Amino acid sequence: MAEAAAQSTGLASIAKDWSSDVTTFKGVPWGKAMMWIFLLSDTFIFGIFLTSYMTVRATTAEAWPNPSEVFSLTLFGTTVPLLLIAIMTFDLITSSGTMALAVNYGYRRDKKKAVIFMLATAFFGFVFVGMQAFEWYKLISEGVRPWGNPWGAAQFGSCFFMITGFHGLHVSAGVVYLSIISYRVWRGKYDDTNFEIVEITGLYWHFVDLVWVFIFAFFYLW
Amino acid sequence: MAQAEIPYQEAIPLHDPHSWITKYWFSQDHKVIAVQYGITAVAVGLVALVLSWIMRTQIGFPGMFEWITPDIYYQSVTMHGMIMVIYLLTAFLLGSFGNYLVPLMLGARDMVFPFVNMISYHVYFASVIILMLGYLPGMEGPTGAGWTLYPPQAILSGTPGADWGILTMLASLAVFIVAFTMGGLNYITTILQARTRGMTMMRMPLSIWGIGMATVLGLLAFPALFVSAIMMTLDNVLGTSFFMPAISSAGAEHEYEGGSPLLFQHLFWFFGHPEVYIVALPAFGVVSDLISVHARKNIFGYRLMVWAIVAIGGLSFIVWAHHMYVAGMHPYFGFFFATTTLIIAVPTAIKVYNWTLTLWRANIRFTVPMLFAIAFVLTFVVGGLTGLFLGNVIVDVPLSDTYFVVAHFHMVMGVAPILVIFGGIYHWYPKITGRMLNDTIGRIHFWITFIGTYAIYFPMHFLAIPRRYYEYNVGESAILTPSMDILNQSITITAYIVGIAQFLFIYNLIVSYRHGREAGDNPWEANSLEWRTPQTPPVHGNWGERLPTVHRWAYDFSVPGEERDFIPQDVPRKAQA
Repeated sequence: MAEAAAQSTGLASIAKDWSSDVTTFKGVPWGKAMMWIFLLSDTFIFGIFLTSYMTVRATTAEAWPNPSEVFSLTLFGTTVPLLLIAIMTFDLITSSGTMALAVNYGYRRDKKKAVIFMLATAFFGFVFVGMQAFEWYKLISEGVRPWGNPWGAAQFGSCFFMITGFHGLHVSAGVVYLSIISYRVWRGKYDDTNFEIVEITGLYWHFVDLVWVFIFAFFYLW
Repeated sequence: MAQAEIPYQEAIPLHDPHSWITKYWFSQDHKVIAVQYGITAVAVGLVALVLSWIMRTQIGFPGMFEWITPDIYYQSVTMHGMIMVIYLLTAFLLGSFGNYLVPLMLGARDMVFPFVNMISYHVYFASVIILMLGYLPGMEGPTGAGWTLYPPQAILSGTPGADWGILTMLASLAVFIVAFTMGGLNYITTILQARTRGMTMMRMPLSIWGIGMATVLGLLAFPALFVSAIMMTLDNVLGTSFFMPAISSAGAEHEYEGGSPLLFQHLFWFFGHPEVYIVALPAFGVVSDLISVHARKNIFGYRLMVWAIVAIGGLSFIVWAHHMYVAGMHPYFGFFFATTTLIIAVPTAIKVYNWTLTLWRANIRFTVPMLFAIAFVLTFVVGGLTGLFLGNVIVDVPLSDTYFVVAHFHMVMGVAPILVIFGGIYHWYPKITGRMLNDTIGRIHFWITFIGTYAIYFPMHFLAIPRRYYEYNVGESAILTPSMDILNQSITITAYIVGIAQFLFIYNLIVSYRHGREAGDNPWEANSLEWRTPQTPPVHGNWGERLPTVHRWAYDFSVPGEERDFIPQDVPRKAQA
């Protein structure tokens, strides 16, 4: 059976995997399969958040505030649009890089480096949440509320706090998750495995990053 | 995760229970969790039953009881609908049947993540408690917005429960979705990655196909309800305007402006229509197995049955707006959704034909599960045919919000899946407890339920009155003829009788647990793996030392030239002559 599966390629091998017994995805640990399915479900959550945001933006009668102006920072007398957001995005994408390194070192059984890079990822995530807190603080002090803002459609604030808040919760959960898993990896809980757990954690983290890219594109750039 | 390297789960340690609490309350055994789900769902279902009596009493005999105020009436309608759809049907078919059958039918030791599975039940239990909080004194009752919870009225002060009721409802739904997600991830991962040797996807019993596909639908559809529950909570608590347009009620201007009530309807039905199939697909699967076993014949067109389930699951995501023809959508939307709605009738009809053809010239044993299975097919056909009327825009417009709709969805997704749940309980109770349910009580229960539900819902097709009215005959504006009053009264009285018959069923469940006839390992002479466990009821871990090996599909009944008329899945094929 296994030999026959190895010989076929492309669509034929997919069909073979799906019509085989025991496992559909060969060599995929249960946790990894479960994480993928969870992320698929979570994709729908964020997809619906963004679709709803676009719908209310299209329906509301008042003008939508200009994100480039709202999310600008004035540094040394020059106003730079989306400066903070650009830094946040850079920070989060960097964290994806460190996460990928952690996964790589995990599979090489280099426990120490895997843990270091996971903690680095958690650190970048923590910094992201910190910058988001600053962003919220700044907007709230400028008078943005979920039920209204000084510049236009009330839904701007509603969508902003809801979507970035929900994403921020995901990042915070990811930071906690990364910390716990790196602690456990360090303590040797996964020593008799291939450290797939690092990749599973990484799947979640990359997903959270990817969602941010969409939020960035649809909320800040549009 | 070491599981990948360990072949066939034999070496995975089980979390053996050490005390009563870990055995029966915080249990990680999928079978105990299934029973927990079942008991909770039945208990909350009894609440919904009493609520339906309250509203039927008001419709049949308006003014008879002073305490049934309009608020009580609307709260009963709302809670009855929500409880039945989410907390009984979804929880029972997936939480109970899903948990019990998935590992047993696939030859697995347990779900892949028993701990998550345990948490899933307890979160579900919490969601039921939160749902009932609205009935506590001082909470001013649960919401009366109708189970669809349409804004703006759901959160405006004229609706009962606008203060706390709607919040407990939304919170409960969000918590339920968390519970379902944890359970659902387990079912899917178990089905994909933890089958036993020889159990290919195309050898899985149709119950598993139905439960699996329904779980996929749930994982992709519940997010819409989750998000809309968050948004409506924000509208209510923080005063955002996602769903709320500029509006004034009771003479007072509200702060809301610019929201889209139609958006909620889209989100709700993007969840709500797949939800119909989340309830229907497990029922389809289970009933296929019941019919095949008790007709002693292989299921007709197994492959087509599988692909029909998959097709229905896929199509169910692109038909949602047929619930919204009168909501003010663009008419072209109606055209699109009417087309997809009628297309979905094709795979559904295939399934009905295949059930019928399985029964055709079969060696039918009219056991109680079989009676319920046949009753399901009949009820489903009647309910499904009226769906063809409602799926067409031009016919649906005058029928919207009438008792024709009430009759349609009660038959097709209320009574029909409930009949399957009953059939399934009669079928698997011997495996769960080791004892048979009392046959005589079962038959009495069946005939009262089957004929009774027909007597309740069939006349509603002709009642042609608007639904969700508290009272029809108010002074000069009486809109019911005396014959309609009689019809309403007879429906109400039948509802009392059918409801009481359910207590007979519960009596049967309780008494047979101690005093039922010993069932033995395989009382129905069925083929699927759950009947092949070394012990009945199966112990923790299900299979003893070695997992079973599957050599054939689950439907080898009445194979010509064989001694017995059934060959279980783990019986090896004979060497080729």
